[in-house]
Amino acid sequence: MIPELGTFATILALCLTLILSTVPMIGAYTGNKLWVDYARPLAKGVFFFLSVAMLLLAYSFQTDDFSVMYVAQSSNYNLPWYYKISAIWGGHEGSLLLWVWIQAFWTLAVAVKSKDLPIEIVGRVLAVMGMITAAFLMFILFTSSPFERILPNPPAQGADLNPLLQDFGLIVHPPALYMGYVGLSVAFSFAIAALLSGRLDAAWARWSRPWTSVAWAFLTLGIALGSWWAYYELGWGGWWFWDPVENASLMPWLVATALLHSLAVTEKRGVFKSWTVLLAISAFCLSLLGTFLVRSGVLTSVHAFATDPERGVFILGMLVFVIGGSLLLYAIRAGSVKSESTFAVSSRESMILVNNIIFTVACAMVLIGTIYPLVMDSLDLGKISVGPPYFNALFVPMMSLMVIFLGISAFSRWKETPLQLYLSKLWLPAILSVVAAVITHWIYSQSIEPWVLLALVLSYWIVFTWGREFISRLRHRDNVIKGMTRQSRSYYGMMLAHLGVAIMIVGVAMVTIFVEHRDARMAPGDQIEFRGYTFIFDGAREVQGPNYISDMARVRVFRDGELYREMFPEKRLYTARGTVMTQVALQPGFTRDLYIAMGEELENGAWAMRLQFKPFVRWIWLGALFMTAGGLLAASDPRYRKQVKREAAQRQQVTE
Amino acid sequence: MKILKSLPFVLLLWSCMTLASFETYEFSTTQNEMRYFKLSKELRCPTCQNQNISDSDAPLAADLRRELHRMIEAGYKDEGIIDFMVSRYGDFVHYKPRIAPETYILWFGPFVLLLGGLSVVFFVSRNRRLRARKAQEAVRETVDVAPSVEAADLSGGLSEQERERLERLLQQDK
Repeated sequence: MIPELGTFATILALCLTLILSTVPMIGAYTGNKLWVDYARPLAKGVFFFLSVAMLLLAYSFQTDDFSVMYVAQSSNYNLPWYYKISAIWGGHEGSLLLWVWIQAFWTLAVAVKSKDLPIEIVGRVLAVMGMITAAFLMFILFTSSPFERILPNPPAQGADLNPLLQDFGLIVHPPALYMGYVGLSVAFSFAIAALLSGRLDAAWARWSRPWTSVAWAFLTLGIALGSWWAYYELGWGGWWFWDPVENASLMPWLVATALLHSLAVTEKRGVFKSWTVLLAISAFCLSLLGTFLVRSGVLTSVHAFATDPERGVFILGMLVFVIGGSLLLYAIRAGSVKSESTFAVSSRESMILVNNIIFTVACAMVLIGTIYPLVMDSLDLGKISVGPPYFNALFVPMMSLMVIFLGISAFSRWKETPLQLYLSKLWLPAILSVVAAVITHWIYSQSIEPWVLLALVLSYWIVFTWGREFISRLRHRDNVIKGMTRQSRSYYGMMLAHLGVAIMIVGVAMVTIFVEHRDARMAPGDQIEFRGYTFIFDGAREVQGPNYISDMARVRVFRDGELYREMFPEKRLYTARGTVMTQVALQPGFTRDLYIAMGEELENGAWAMRLQFKPFVRWIWLGALFMTAGGLLAASDPRYRKQVKREAAQRQQVTE
Repeated sequence: MKILKSLPFVLLLWSCMTLASFETYEFSTTQNEMRYFKLSKELRCPTCQNQNISDSDAPLAADLRRELHRMIEAGYKDEGIIDFMVSRYGDFVHYKPRIAPETYILWFGPFVLLLGGLSVVFFVSRNRRLRARKAQEAVRETVDVAPSVEAADLSGGLSEQERERLERLLQQDK
């Protein structure tokens, strides 16, 4: 009964989205305010019914209703209750329901938070979001419903959640990532609404900006959580694999980053309008493409847990419709857009344009690298693999170039910046960053590694250029405190995010170059020394978990002759699926992680052990957290709300 | 039925990724050990979904690791090892595609795009500026006829009202 109610709630939500995607839109065209006014309550209704569907699915999981096929596939009687919650999005059907629920959440957020926008714009935006929701709901109901039953003979026990996914990382990673993916649909909907209404002005950019910032922040967080999770869960100690699925999430991120910057120019200076709209469209289309790449099984990847051509065809159809439709609309409408001002070759506008070029080209590079093997294969040119050596070789120089411009742009001004100004402001940070990089590098390792040196120089470059810019802002004020409080939240948000880039660069370079590992056979009592730590293996014993049996080893770590930590790596056998998993033992630290993974059992109680020393690996995710915080802080800037109010008032006056 | 069909595939996947298996090879020099780790990350396990031979648990990956270890210790150069592996398992086995006519787009395409993009930035911003300057000159020519308007233009082109509004806007942005 309960799962059927879930299906029913989903169908009701679909009906409401079908109304939402048509009635307010027609109302906006015919000037029927009553019809447009339906948009907000409909958005609330869709969210309500999808929340009901989510709760009912959660109920099926918690009560171990294995007559529901999805529950039987991805849960188990012995699964702890919190994994029974995250198991909702542990498989294909449920993660789609999560996706569409988050879509409904964003729709609701726009409906509630847009009190100050002109109603016909709100109506159009919500209608576009309704169309996206409707398409996903149809996908769920026609091809992949999580409420489908196995009757009349339900299994007595579920197949259990994929052990890889039984982890805190899976509870938080997909929701954060989907918040980002789906959040980009808001900027997309604003763009489509602006194109439809033919009013593509700076106000449009201002409305989209906070939404884009929030979506970008979540996308950053989601990708970082995925990277962190892969780092400790997969047992290899890698944090980025250039796997097609990772690339699928990186592409929208790269375009969203470009969009974030481009929106600033469009809002402040009224230029690049059509380009910004194109970025908004591309960012969301890439999110959809990412879903397609992951869900259809077109790409071979460790993540692709659903491989079903029928679903692929459906998503492909949807992609063609959304991408084709929005680009067609763009082609028809964007030509008539005029810029409101001009700028020089040397100006903040052109700096941001350079940022946009680098980020979109980086995205194109990732796309080319990801689909090249597919294209080669389908053209019968042979099977090739494109992997980390390729991506690193191209991505690193592009991002280095980006960071150089990031530093220069600290002193750029709108409209025109004299080259003299750049020279006078930049020479000091340039010298300082080289000197500081050489010194810190030497202190750390008493040697010079070219890649690490480059990374440190770039990282200091960001800190010193933007630091100098910050200080010069404070000097314009009477005193420092006043100067600091007068800067806007979006300014501090930007600073935080840029600082995050600097932090992340350090982490990436240090852990890539200075990582050290030992693969060794260790019998009880054996010890290994490296990087100033002594590891003593005390043997392994059997431990019984809720749904697994584990061989848990004890490794004592000594530093300077004193006991520093005890670490407990595990080898788990998940009984329901009969799969063996490595549970690594981690000793996280600000400047290094100690990382121990167990291999196979050898003779006489000895084990193959992999010990790793990972310097500054935490800085990668710390940098991402800074970026996330920066995005959220920028979005919370009160000026968006104030200005929106003022503009709405002005429009009111015009129409009255 | 669908589930059954995909089952072998899933099993294959699992055999690749559950164990984090590795051998405890001895190396004659640390340099050899570094080369082993570098190359084992560049070679792709031929039977897995998308994994290098270092991370894979598949038996074939273990064979490749053994072979790699043997060749490194036997004194083969990196290129020699890669060539051997490619001749045996095809281009598929190497994560770094060869630079050949069919991969020119892959290797050089992004740089062409980057150069193209940057030159577009340059020309767009220059042309806009030139057009703006021409427009200004045109304005100035017409202004010559009416000197009183010229004076107003030189003071920044803002009326008293506009200047006040600008002042207000600047205050809000801070």
